[in-house]
Amino acid sequence: MEWLSEFGAIAAMQGFNGLSVFCVLLLMALGLAIIFGQMGVINMAHGEFLTVGAYTTYLVSVLTLKYLPELQPYYFFVAIVLSFVIAGALGWLAEWALISKLYHRPLDTLLATWGLSLVMQQAFRSIFGAREVSASMPDWLMGSFNPTDAIDIPRNGLFVMAVTLLLTAAIFFLLYRSRWGLQVRATVQNRVMSRAVGINTKKVDRMTFALGCGVAGVAGAAFTTIGSTGPTSGSLYIVDTFLVVVFGGAASLFGTIASAFSIAQTQSIAEFFISGSMAKVLTLSAVILILMLRPQGLFSIKVRK
Amino acid sequence: MNSTLDKFFGGKQGGIGLLVLAALILVVFPLALDSFRLNMVGKYLTYAFVAVGLVLCWGYGGILSLGQGIFFGLGGYCMAMFLKLEASDPESTKIQSTPGIPDFMDWNQITELPLFWQPFQSFGFTLLAVVAVPAILALVIGMAMFKRRVGDVYFSIVTQAIAAILTILIIGQQGLTGGVNGITDLKTLLGWDIRTDEAKIILYFVNAALLLGCILIGRFILASKLGRLLMAMRDKEERVRFSGYDVASFKIFVFCVAASFSAIGGAMFTLQVGFMSPSFVGIVPSIEMVIFAAVGGRMSLLGAVYGALLVNYGKTVFSESFPELWLYFMGGLFIAVVMYFPNGLAGLWHSHASKWLARLRLPSRRQPPAAAAQPAEQPPASGAGTIDAVPAKQLESTP
Amino acid sequence: MDSKLTGSSRRLPRRLAQGAAALSMLAMSIFASTASAEVNTTGLAVTDTEVVVGQLHSATGTMAISETGSIQAERLAIEQINASGGILGRQIKVIQEDGASDWPTFAEKAKKLLERDKVAAVFGCWTSASRKAVLPIFERENGLLYYPTFYEGLEQSKNVVYTGQEATQQILAGLDWVAKEKGAKTFYLLGSDYIWPRTSMKIARKHIENVLGGKVVGEEYYPLGNTQFGSLTNKIKLRKPDVIFAAVVGGSNVAFYKQLKAAGITADKQTLLTLSVTEDELLGIGGENMAGFYASMKYFQSLDNPNNAEFVKAFKAKYGSDAVIGDVTQAAYLGPWLWKAAVEKAGSFDVDKVVAASAGLELDTAPEGYVKVHENQHLWSKTRIGQVQADGQFSVVYESDLIEPNPFPKGYQ
Repeated sequence: MEWLSEFGAIAAMQGFNGLSVFCVLLLMALGLAIIFGQMGVINMAHGEFLTVGAYTTYLVSVLTLKYLPELQPYYFFVAIVLSFVIAGALGWLAEWALISKLYHRPLDTLLATWGLSLVMQQAFRSIFGAREVSASMPDWLMGSFNPTDAIDIPRNGLFVMAVTLLLTAAIFFLLYRSRWGLQVRATVQNRVMSRAVGINTKKVDRMTFALGCGVAGVAGAAFTTIGSTGPTSGSLYIVDTFLVVVFGGAASLFGTIASAFSIAQTQSIAEFFISGSMAKVLTLSAVILILMLRPQGLFSIKVRK
Repeated sequence: MNSTLDKFFGGKQGGIGLLVLAALILVVFPLALDSFRLNMVGKYLTYAFVAVGLVLCWGYGGILSLGQGIFFGLGGYCMAMFLKLEASDPESTKIQSTPGIPDFMDWNQITELPLFWQPFQSFGFTLLAVVAVPAILALVIGMAMFKRRVGDVYFSIVTQAIAAILTILIIGQQGLTGGVNGITDLKTLLGWDIRTDEAKIILYFVNAALLLGCILIGRFILASKLGRLLMAMRDKEERVRFSGYDVASFKIFVFCVAASFSAIGGAMFTLQVGFMSPSFVGIVPSIEMVIFAAVGGRMSLLGAVYGALLVNYGKTVFSESFPELWLYFMGGLFIAVVMYFPNGLAGLWHSHASKWLARLRLPSRRQPPAAAAQPAEQPPASGAGTIDAVPAKQLESTP
Repeated sequence: MDSKLTGSSRRLPRRLAQGAAALSMLAMSIFASTASAEVNTTGLAVTDTEVVVGQLHSATGTMAISETGSIQAERLAIEQINASGGILGRQIKVIQEDGASDWPTFAEKAKKLLERDKVAAVFGCWTSASRKAVLPIFERENGLLYYPTFYEGLEQSKNVVYTGQEATQQILAGLDWVAKEKGAKTFYLLGSDYIWPRTSMKIARKHIENVLGGKVVGEEYYPLGNTQFGSLTNKIKLRKPDVIFAAVVGGSNVAFYKQLKAAGITADKQTLLTLSVTEDELLGIGGENMAGFYASMKYFQSLDNPNNAEFVKAFKAKYGSDAVIGDVTQAAYLGPWLWKAAVEKAGSFDVDKVVAASAGLELDTAPEGYVKVHENQHLWSKTRIGQVQADGQFSVVYESDLIEPNPFPKGYQ
């Protein structure tokens, strides 16, 4: 009887782990999916915008500890908002200076944003040093939550999950329920007609890019609870992120969600039964195989180019 | 119009360009540089193979592979396996528990040579494998992707993912591949010590000759009907397809050629540097190799060589004097090339220097040289289905 | 070593063809005094007042995180040696090269340092891969490398002095300690997927199974840079090992300990012994995320002895009071001092003589305490077990006897 309850507990925790990996993948892919889906631009510097969020969180934590130590438990909320603002502002700048000059040359934006990512990485190194840093976590984010004796649910996992849910909901609202979202969708479907009816497509593009980068910043802030903060931390996520977006199919947020879910579950279950390294190869190979059979991704909507 | 110009430039001016390059790498460098610097140039030139391949498949074919490191690495590994087996004769490995197998296998308790290593005891097989293994992989990838009309950006990302997977596999199977350290401590090629200065110089010339050969093959492909079709596909794939051509086969072919070139570069790298490691297979080196082609000019086979030489020279000089600034410089280079010099050095040459030269030498030519240089001056369309010669504004108003 | 013979006979003509700089330097040294000709018979960059050494680490790229400490420590040691009068009356001049976390670049720079700059010694490399890449060059050019990192062993070159521990030194004492002190019987082995963790775990498994009579209940490797360890924590809970024996590196390290803590696997319930966390890594992980776990190293910043107190003080004076010193940083600091001692014992900068003088060399001023160079060019050293404190330091709970380095351990391969 006892082994059964233990088995149940492990199964429950493993199930939660699958969901948690799903949320991490979705969170890192959301920003990229918005930019790629709506603008057809591949942002290779996506990982560095994540890092911007992580360093912002670190700075806020250091400043809070120094000047307002009594507010330490709550600094994270400020950090998330600031991460969004700063990463978004940098994204706005990047769009203005780089991307806006390169529409219609998607492969070139890919190279230009790669260059941007190199510059940003070295900038992090010059500003914060080559060593990794660690933001001090508030107590309520540390450790585990125990519904029963045998079950440990990671609190940082719950937190990342909550952030993911809120952010996804907010993005859905923005894209499908707001006037701005209507403009974005109109631009994606038919840029020329949108301009004809008076939508400032340039402004829409810029805001979309900034939003995508801002979302990356939030993801970076959330990831400080589960991962590292260093000049190259963002690049750890980048391959997975691209795979999620491509696998899901461009221009489809539902696709991104579905793809993050299936990749996360495959990875999580495989990891439980075989070694982590082989699980990774297995997952990546499965994704490639499916992409070869269905190159347009899981979901795709027809757009007029 | 393109075809006549191609023949024109590929014929006379192109011939001069090739001669200049050949003189530079076959005569000037060996005379001007000491063996240390020459060996470094030799290493840079192995990257030029990749860049030349990229000119073919990216500049002309519109296929941007971000995984050329895969092929460079495979070619290099094939050669390294042969050299490692030669370096692991029972006599020099007698302190191992199983003499006669590579040292890293012994450390991983492998007691006999794995099956896929065995053919690499033959030099002939190795030479064949250097070209064939990468070409077959490219064929498989190409068949899967192009036959199903995978778009340009998808293709780039998928090649990237394959590079990532291959790196993880090589590192994970260290008993078979040497893992993250790669295959090191290579000594002789058919009994000939490749570590001496004389050997390095000979290898340098072999390398240079092979590179010039690849450029000639590239020239030949571009001058043929295939070259024109490639450009047509890059600019309006649908129209070529509707004209009855099998677009996918052409793409697959040029992708395989680029892969083979990269692999030859990889094999020569192994010979000249003396080791091969998974750090060439990954995403970062693959993208760096793209920038060599971009700096040289993605439409110029010769430019690619200069691009590889210059960027690597810059890397060496910068990282010797200002290690901190190197990444800023490299990042800036990516951005500047894409934004301001989409045709790289070759573009600058065509739009400035050659105009001047032409005025000097050919005053009576019927066709104005400025117009002659124009096609190369246009930013190439990097994605199928767009024509970049048309300004963006104009395009936006064309449904 | 036939490679050395062919190396030197082949080098002769090229040396004749050397640039004017080297010639004038040579001429200067001949006319100024005979001393330089005596202490340097192989054409190294040594003048009457100066000796040139190389420093070869990654200042950029992913490895810069780890190698920064080594660069700083070597600099400090060299400055201190210069301030105390230099070596054989000569000041040390450093040429620093950036390996940029890229192995071919390491090879290229090593070649430059040896062939062009003619440095008398090189302090450098961090990862095994970079060492493997430069090793053939050092052997061929007959250079001398001081390598600071604890590593997997299975190597012994007369051109390298290994100032860090080889695997058996670091691992066996640690395992013996957990088996004895914690009564550990079952072990979960875990590492990043590359040669050092895999070799270390192989040695650990043999020791656990054959010597300690324990059992390995799990052995796993994750790709470098992996950030998701949720499944792993569940597997650990399922197998309930007495000890988690970990060698996870890089960015993965931080993710691993944060997620371990979040899964409720903390020091009050679980013993964990790691080979890969020094004070440097703790900066990124955060001491509070790892408090109570153990690390097996030869050096901790908190070691209580006069040598170390002085070293820590000097290090902080130079690099700021926030600076931390890890195991490798201390080992890197030993490099220049060991070289100085060997050169002075040999009375010459010639690599062969320095190497010959190195065996049996003793240094009792090392921050880690007394060390001695073995004939296999590794160091005799003690292994300590440190317990992680929330402030990012270790408290030393155990110290072994002096352990003989054994890079090719019989029965562990």
